Amino acid sequence: MDTNVILLLLLVPLLGSLVNIFFGKKLGNGSGIIATLAVLISFIVTVVAFVQVNGTKTPIQGNLFEWIAVEKFSISFGFLLDQLSLLWLLFVTGIGTLIHLYSTSYMKGDENYGKYFGYLNLFIFFMIILVAGSNLLITFIGWEGVGLCSYLLIGFWHKNQDYNDAAKKAFIMNRIGDLGFLIGVFILAFLFHSLDYMTIKTALMSGTNHQINTWIGCAALAIFIGAIGKSAQIPLYTWLPDAMAGPTPVSALIHAATMVTAGIFLITRLNFVFDLAPLVQDTIAIVGAFTALFAASIGLVQNDIKKVLAYSTVSQLGLMFMAIGFGAYEVAVFHVITHAFFKACLFLGSGSVIHAMGGEQDMRRMGGLDKYMKVTYITFLIATAAISGFPFLSGFFSKDEILMVAFEHNKALYIIGSIASIMTAFYMFRLVFLTFKKGFRGTQEQKNHLHESPISMTLPLIVLAVLSIFGGLISWPGSSWLNQYLQPVIVKSAANHPHALGFEAYMLMGVATVGFLIGLIWAFRKYIQKAQVPQEDDKITGFHKVLYNKYYIDEIYDKLFVKPIYIIATFFRDVVEVALSGAVFGLGKIADELSLQGKKAQNGNIGLYLFAFVFGICLLLYYLFIAR
Amino acid sequence: MIEILFYILSTITLGSAALTVLSKNPIHSALWLVVSFFSLAGHYILLNSQFLGMVHIMVYSGAIMILMLFTIMLMNLNISHEVSKPFITKLVATVAFCLIGILMLSIVMRGAQTYDLQYATSGQDFQSAHVLGKILLNEYVMPFEMVAVLLLLAMIGAVLISKKDKTEKGA
Amino acid sequence: MENVIEIIGIDKYIYLSIILFCIGVFGILYRRNAIVMFMCIEIMLNSANMLLVAFSTFHQDAEGQVFVFFTMAVAAAEVAVGLAILVTIYRNIGSIDIDKLKNLKG
Repeated sequence: MDTNVILLLLLVPLLGSLVNIFFGKKLGNGSGIIATLAVLISFIVTVVAFVQVNGTKTPIQGNLFEWIAVEKFSISFGFLLDQLSLLWLLFVTGIGTLIHLYSTSYMKGDENYGKYFGYLNLFIFFMIILVAGSNLLITFIGWEGVGLCSYLLIGFWHKNQDYNDAAKKAFIMNRIGDLGFLIGVFILAFLFHSLDYMTIKTALMSGTNHQINTWIGCAALAIFIGAIGKSAQIPLYTWLPDAMAGPTPVSALIHAATMVTAGIFLITRLNFVFDLAPLVQDTIAIVGAFTALFAASIGLVQNDIKKVLAYSTVSQLGLMFMAIGFGAYEVAVFHVITHAFFKACLFLGSGSVIHAMGGEQDMRRMGGLDKYMKVTYITFLIATAAISGFPFLSGFFSKDEILMVAFEHNKALYIIGSIASIMTAFYMFRLVFLTFKKGFRGTQEQKNHLHESPISMTLPLIVLAVLSIFGGLISWPGSSWLNQYLQPVIVKSAANHPHALGFEAYMLMGVATVGFLIGLIWAFRKYIQKAQVPQEDDKITGFHKVLYNKYYIDEIYDKLFVKPIYIIATFFRDVVEVALSGAVFGLGKIADELSLQGKKAQNGNIGLYLFAFVFGICLLLYYLFIAR
Repeated sequence: MIEILFYILSTITLGSAALTVLSKNPIHSALWLVVSFFSLAGHYILLNSQFLGMVHIMVYSGAIMILMLFTIMLMNLNISHEVSKPFITKLVATVAFCLIGILMLSIVMRGAQTYDLQYATSGQDFQSAHVLGKILLNEYVMPFEMVAVLLLLAMIGAVLISKKDKTEKGA
Repeated sequence: MENVIEIIGIDKYIYLSIILFCIGVFGILYRRNAIVMFMCIEIMLNSANMLLVAFSTFHQDAEGQVFVFFTMAVAAAEVAVGLAILVTIYRNIGSIDIDKLKNLKG
């Protein structure tokens, strides 16, 4: 039974993917429906499994087959559906279904319609493997698989070279992280002779291995580097903003809601390892906080609607890592879920806007869209309020919990996080005001084209907006359902030591609300009362220009890493390879010349051959009988 | 008496062999070769191996030479149409002849000094047809049968090779 | 049983067979007619045969003669196939002058 559940969960998206990739052209519009149904089935299966596990409190486990078996070391192709993975599967397949539905309209008319859904289903398949794998190697398969799908989908419109470059950038940057992941896997395999989560957990909980703490620290650091790559933290974050080259639903699904949270999933999954490495945890918290601030500051001045959302994603992921660094895994998970709701909603809303604008992404060409796109405007506004921390919406609770944890552990990081939150509120409302308020600034042609999106696009928006409002209820401060639910998975669970909902907590909520209001009013004064519009690219000066150019990080990376490697590669190509091939070809030339000369001896004159033959016999006889 | 016979036979053998090589007409070559073979058979008989002498006459002078003569006549080569050979060919052939001859003679002469070439007869019968037949069909029965197969194969091969290709004719 | 080796000596036979062999070598190099070259090969074979017979008598051992027997059989087979090849060559080229057979040219 258990194995059947797992197989059904896995194989339906795979089947959908194969059908769409191979027969997508013939199916036409049917491929979208097939893909959506495939993910929907997975979602239903997940819900059934979730209800079962939530009732019995025992995870569903299933080994499909023994994959690698060496003496003392074996890896089975097994899957583990426990509370954590089911939670992830719920929003991966749930939001996945909505985004598939959305894509059926958004991608309509694209020449590679079938292929698009094939890739999207393949992504869901690999994401399920990543989340449901029972050991690190299975997770690694999923990890690489989603990376591949991300690459394929970023470069989906592969006729544009910039998009291809963005796809390659994402892939290569992920490779750096993947190397870290692999090193971590090797260290863990060396230490425990197993990669199974349960086995490692049991071995660590028994507490007899304290002399290996240094190694555990190394493994944790290496895996954290893997998470950095996948979840776009400093210094490997630059691929995520560029990844917006892909179709907008892809950005919503992969680069906001699901794949980029894989790093947080992995660390939460291995929380028992990270608990033993406090230094690494501090590193995670600091990296997360700085990423949050850094990305938010860049987001302040971006003019591309999707770029703003991308930097916002990086910033929010930074907040999650900060929570993980403080050991508050369930808080990070909570923020992952609420973030998935409102960020997916925001991306889909921006997709709806871009759809209406006929591909235009620059906010300076928009404005006043609220009159044309009521549903999009309202859902977008709700999601914006949620991400900015409007009281009692989902983002308010999750972000507030992170800041509360930060306040308890480290005041400096709390301040950084709060500043990032104020910036978030500012740039998100800046986005809303510039896009939907005041007069329209685009061309007349675009104005005539403006329209509300069809129902298949607005329905996911409405669902996600509702979830953004009420998503916070799963972890109501003081009596958190989520903390109770995740208790079996997380060793040092907060549910074991609940902090009282005292004066301090209310004070922090109040501070957060004030911060939100500061950001909101700042944006309101600037873009509604003064009705400013961001300047054109060439008129930007000063620090604003530095921000607008993303602190020149891409250029610095280019100078620091790409150029030297390029110079070395050029040197090897132009000097070393020429020398080597010269030597090799020279030898070949000599042999060639020798054979050309030797060929002349073979002139076909049998008399000569016979003479050579007799002469040879004479030499042989001389050597055998006289010379010896 | 025997010594004189040996020298006469040897002269005939070498002389006719030389004439085989030197005569311009292939038919003459073949006839001189027959003479050479007969004298060799004489040598065999002189060496008291009469059976082998008879076989030699039958196989070489009979079968092989007839085959050669037949081929020469089939190809219409009875007249000499070999062009006069260039000087270099003659020189090369002479040099090789001298070289290999001197080499082998010197080898034998060096060997003759080390080995005792004295001969002692035991009076036993070892080379009559009776003894040979027994050896051939006892110890050497396997090679004997193999030779039979070889000859059969040679016959089939010769027929196959010299057969005219039918498809080529049509083309 | 009187024996010729006693009277003449084995060394004379060795010299005879060497000279016969050298005549064969000379002929091979001197002549251009393939059939005559064939005959020269026969001369060389026979020089070896004669030496075998002489040594068989010298050692009073019949095996040398058995060997000659087999050599003859192989020679017969060789001549049969070789002449068949020559006939085919003649049919294709119209000559058996080996100077005209230059297909082995590299």
